[in-house]
Amino acid sequence: MQSVGIVGYGVCVPKYRIKVQEIARVWGEEGDRISASLGIIEKSVPDIDEDAATLAVEAARNAIAFAKIKPDAIGAIYVGSESHPYAVKPTATIVAEAIGATPNLTAADLEFACKAGTAGIQICMGLVGANMVRYGLAIGADTSQGRPGDALEYTASAGAAAFVIGREKEEIVAEIEATCSFTTDTPDFWRRQHAEYPSHGGRFTGAPAYFRHIIGATQALFEKTGTRAADYDYFVFHQPNGKFPIEAAKKMGIDPQKVKPGLFTPIIGNTYSGASPIGLCGVLDIAKPGQRILLTSFGSGAGSDAFAIRVTDAIEKKRGEYCGRRLSDYLNDKEYIDYAIYVKHRRKLKM
Amino acid sequence: MPSENLAITWRRIPERYRLVGTFCRNCQTSYFPARKLCPKCRRKGKIEQKQFSGRGKIYSFTEVTAGPSGFEKQTPYILAIVELEEGPKLTAQIVGARKVKIGDAVEAVFRKIIEDSEEGLIHYGYKFRLV
Ligand SMILES: [Zn+2]
Repeated sequence: MQSVGIVGYGVCVPKYRIKVQEIARVWGEEGDRISASLGIIEKSVPDIDEDAATLAVEAARNAIAFAKIKPDAIGAIYVGSESHPYAVKPTATIVAEAIGATPNLTAADLEFACKAGTAGIQICMGLVGANMVRYGLAIGADTSQGRPGDALEYTASAGAAAFVIGREKEEIVAEIEATCSFTTDTPDFWRRQHAEYPSHGGRFTGAPAYFRHIIGATQALFEKTGTRAADYDYFVFHQPNGKFPIEAAKKMGIDPQKVKPGLFTPIIGNTYSGASPIGLCGVLDIAKPGQRILLTSFGSGAGSDAFAIRVTDAIEKKRGEYCGRRLSDYLNDKEYIDYAIYVKHRRKLKM
Repeated sequence: MPSENLAITWRRIPERYRLVGTFCRNCQTSYFPARKLCPKCRRKGKIEQKQFSGRGKIYSFTEVTAGPSGFEKQTPYILAIVELEEGPKLTAQIVGARKVKIGDAVEAVFRKIIEDSEEGLIHYGYKFRLV
């Protein structure tokens, strides 16, 4: 297959934050202990008028500005989310219209818990590599919810990342050299149609779900590419909390210092479909030409997609010319809210 | 809030989602929302489609504390007249800020405007934030 890669990338993280301490206060729990055990200090909260579609649009606009392409050259859009605003009516068409890519393109929504965004990257790689479209746009976006009082409430947050996938050598800022997946039917986390909050298997979400799939896909990628941990400068793993990605690295003999630059869950929470993609964007903001990144997502249900990525010389010029909002801008532009305002924002209050 | 006619909603998508208005090539005037006829040039006008940049500044504003039906959960919010850098003025909500002043630079963002009902259509469109 001909080489394909990332031509542009962008993120969106809502401005509001709530501290784990504040959520713990409401439920009479010890905030320090929970914060330490999850490795999370605070999480992002969407504004009352933000949803997965609005976050996807903003991330997409940033990615297109970075890529410096005309939106109507995009031939495919996939939006991965577990919080699509409609049960029936695609988020992808809203994005397509908002960025001005309509009507000559294909578009669809994807759902695979937290890995629907990386599934979109794989589909775009196929379409772009097969010359079926010039550019594909893959987005992971979520405004995920945890049941009030549930452990998930400390982590479930909101954010999005978008990637323009292309094949023109001089346009690619990070070449995707290989990808492979590890998928099984594992009942670790689910949400039934019409249910407002998800259900999960508690501790079962660890070993048989997250670790088995992350490690399975990562090791399969090592084998497929004939590489090993030492060949990569950065590792980005799905980050449902601040602890799991570090633990996964240790289990595979990977230096945890290579994981930390792409670990944002401690300060924005688990953005679900946005999580590992935002981590990748954070690494792309600092990586040098020639450096190699290994990305492995995880989605409950369950599966992992692993990617071997090599940063190209083109990244420095494009990063320098990009004048839109970067991940660091979104991280710095924050405002804390208390639990009462949080309840209003997340529509947990029925009026 | 009573639902807007679906055909009107649908026709206004380019305007609301990405600030598509018009421009008269004859007198170099930009219009938002779109005009089919240039009021200055009349029949000599050369109207074409134009996508606005979304950059502008606050021309005037007010704080809404008792919003119309459908906006209860958003109050209090700031409603402003924004002067786009291309010239036209429009009315829109300002997000992410409780205090603004006349002349503040703003940029367009894509947000939910209103939901018809629990089972109804979600209307998206432009709002602005401080830059
Ligand atoms: Zn005119």
